[in-house]
Amino acid sequence: MAQQATLPISGHELPADAQSLKARLRKSERTNKWRAFLFVVPLLLFILITFIIPIGSMLYRSIDNPQVVETIPRTAAMLADWTPPDPPSEDVFKTLVAELRSPPDPAAIGKLAVRINYEVSGASSLFRKTERRLKRLDDAAPYREQLIKIDKDWADPELWAAIKSLDSPLTGSYFLAATDMTRNVNGEIEMQPGSRQIYLTLFWRTFWLSGFITLMTLLLGFPIAHLLAILPLRTGNLLMILVLLPFWTSLLVRTTSWIVLLQTNGVLNDLLVWLGIISNDNRIRMIYNKAGTVIAMTHILLPFMILPLYSVMRTIKPTYMRAARSLGATQWTAFWRVYVPQTLPGVGAGAILVFILAIGYYITPALVGGQDGQLISNMIAYHMQTSLNWGLAAALGSLLLGAVLVLYFVYNRLVGIENMKLG
Amino acid sequence: MALPSHAEPIDKVYYYGFRFVCTLIFIFLIAPIFVIIPLSFNAEPYFTFSTGMLHFDPAAYSTRWYQDFWNNKEWIHSLQNSFIIAIASTILATTLGTIAALGLSRPHMPFRGLIMGLLISPMIVPLIISAAAMFFFYSSIGLSQTYAGIILAHTALGIPFVVITVTATLSSFDQSLVRAAQNMGADMRTTFFKVILPLITPGVISGALFAFITSFDEVVVVLFLSSFEQRTVPRQMWSGIREEISPTILAVATILIAISVVLLVVVELLRRRSVRIRGIRE
Repeated sequence: MAQQATLPISGHELPADAQSLKARLRKSERTNKWRAFLFVVPLLLFILITFIIPIGSMLYRSIDNPQVVETIPRTAAMLADWTPPDPPSEDVFKTLVAELRSPPDPAAIGKLAVRINYEVSGASSLFRKTERRLKRLDDAAPYREQLIKIDKDWADPELWAAIKSLDSPLTGSYFLAATDMTRNVNGEIEMQPGSRQIYLTLFWRTFWLSGFITLMTLLLGFPIAHLLAILPLRTGNLLMILVLLPFWTSLLVRTTSWIVLLQTNGVLNDLLVWLGIISNDNRIRMIYNKAGTVIAMTHILLPFMILPLYSVMRTIKPTYMRAARSLGATQWTAFWRVYVPQTLPGVGAGAILVFILAIGYYITPALVGGQDGQLISNMIAYHMQTSLNWGLAAALGSLLLGAVLVLYFVYNRLVGIENMKLG
Repeated sequence: MALPSHAEPIDKVYYYGFRFVCTLIFIFLIAPIFVIIPLSFNAEPYFTFSTGMLHFDPAAYSTRWYQDFWNNKEWIHSLQNSFIIAIASTILATTLGTIAALGLSRPHMPFRGLIMGLLISPMIVPLIISAAAMFFFYSSIGLSQTYAGIILAHTALGIPFVVITVTATLSSFDQSLVRAAQNMGADMRTTFFKVILPLITPGVISGALFAFITSFDEVVVVLFLSSFEQRTVPRQMWSGIREEISPTILAVATILIAISVVLLVVVELLRRRSVRIRGIRE
């Protein structure tokens, strides 16, 4: 605009002038950019330190493998030439004893033992037992026979194969374990036998239960969102409170309510007995199993389905339905062929949101899920707090995070995170 | 949408059937919350309605579980902790989040999508993963089992809500008001405090309330990061449900429901006010 305004006046001097104007404009835009960026810097740093770096360090932990490399590096290196099934040569045993006798720090052998135990169960006690008898070993006689005499597990090719496979500062072995795979004696990757495939079973269960819960929230949420959208604003807003109140109520309160309602001596069973629908001896088990997880999570996630559906349905003009009816469509055809297709953006947004929230759920399944209603998050918590296999917990967490990020990417494409409705 | 007078029988079936189904779903939504309230006044230590309660016998009702809550040092301590942690993290999240939102809603913001994605990420990542990650990292720098650690963690979890609500408010903010103010001689500071801030305050407050409730209700991170000293109300409820389930939990639950009703009303009022002062018609 400025260029055009100067045109009739400055004639041939235009290029130089326009150039300096362009440069000035670019400069001021750059200053503006920096000024805008400066506003964001404090928060960005805060999130980086309190959140992003911790997540990154967790991802690193899922492949971090320092124990063998730091404690018995020479033994592990010598195993490169070893082939199963016979135990390694006397030289290897000699190096092992030497390295176990001078660990880099006092706790190193314990850590090493725990690490190898993740791959070969029993290795932890084997190392502890051996560590205690290191001083009493006869230095003149071959160590190989002496160690195997202490525990015949020292002749186990699986143990040596495990040490060999862990000889690198980074490992994929936690991810193998997290997907029910293992290395055999020859170092080849193979699936665990069917009965030991716990994690894939759990991932599969997490996905189909989340899918089922998403479907339930859709079935229950669709009529409600539709009703709220067609009612006059005042009534609609009033009824909206019934959706928002559970949304704002503490998760633990709602989980407690479901325990109170569903347990065998709970309110719902009492009601059914009183109505004579079931006898007192045949009370229904509705909680501490899959049913408990599904019912409680459907209730908790229902508002996340209703709110996006509602905001889409409000924009659908009722005239379309009326037009369809007046052109001879039945109520059902008008609904299914004209109304439902217009709600699809809301259905997609709500479904992905509910699914993302469901696959990461921890609290509710832990409290009402019993044995068979546990999800993958509960397994992560188990490895964090009980088995203390943090590498495996991190690997399971990374896989779950990957799944969530892919879904989030789809959600962002579909809705845009900024359009997310909060209450 | 009332039923028109010329409705056919099939339309009537549809109309009343639909409303019946909706009523059932509303009951499903709200019943769990309302069942807890009368049960918390049970005189017996049971989780179900006694015969006396169903006959509205005054002797069957009591406030003993509320007294139990009030006289229990652990519960009161956890209530204090909850408020300290939630208020501190709300202040931090709201301040940092609002400043960032001001930058994010400027037209010249570079890498907007990437930055927004990073700032929103604590809301997307499943809590169990955030909690595990924070546990690893915070223990390594000596922040686990401290108030500071939990406050920082809860601030991170609350920030997305502040950023989203405040940027949403700013996106419908009329930029010509700023130019008008500056035209009339207001400097940057006056413009911000007299023009921008009053208009975005409802958005900032509802963001703050979201951050507050996020922290107040959060239990997974607290499970991993807190020692006995920093136990919050949800953490105490968690062990109450898992270990020695007592009706005191129902009293606590009722108190928490009351708090959420208050928050809900405030957010709704703010939303209406924000709609009104900006002259948007719904």
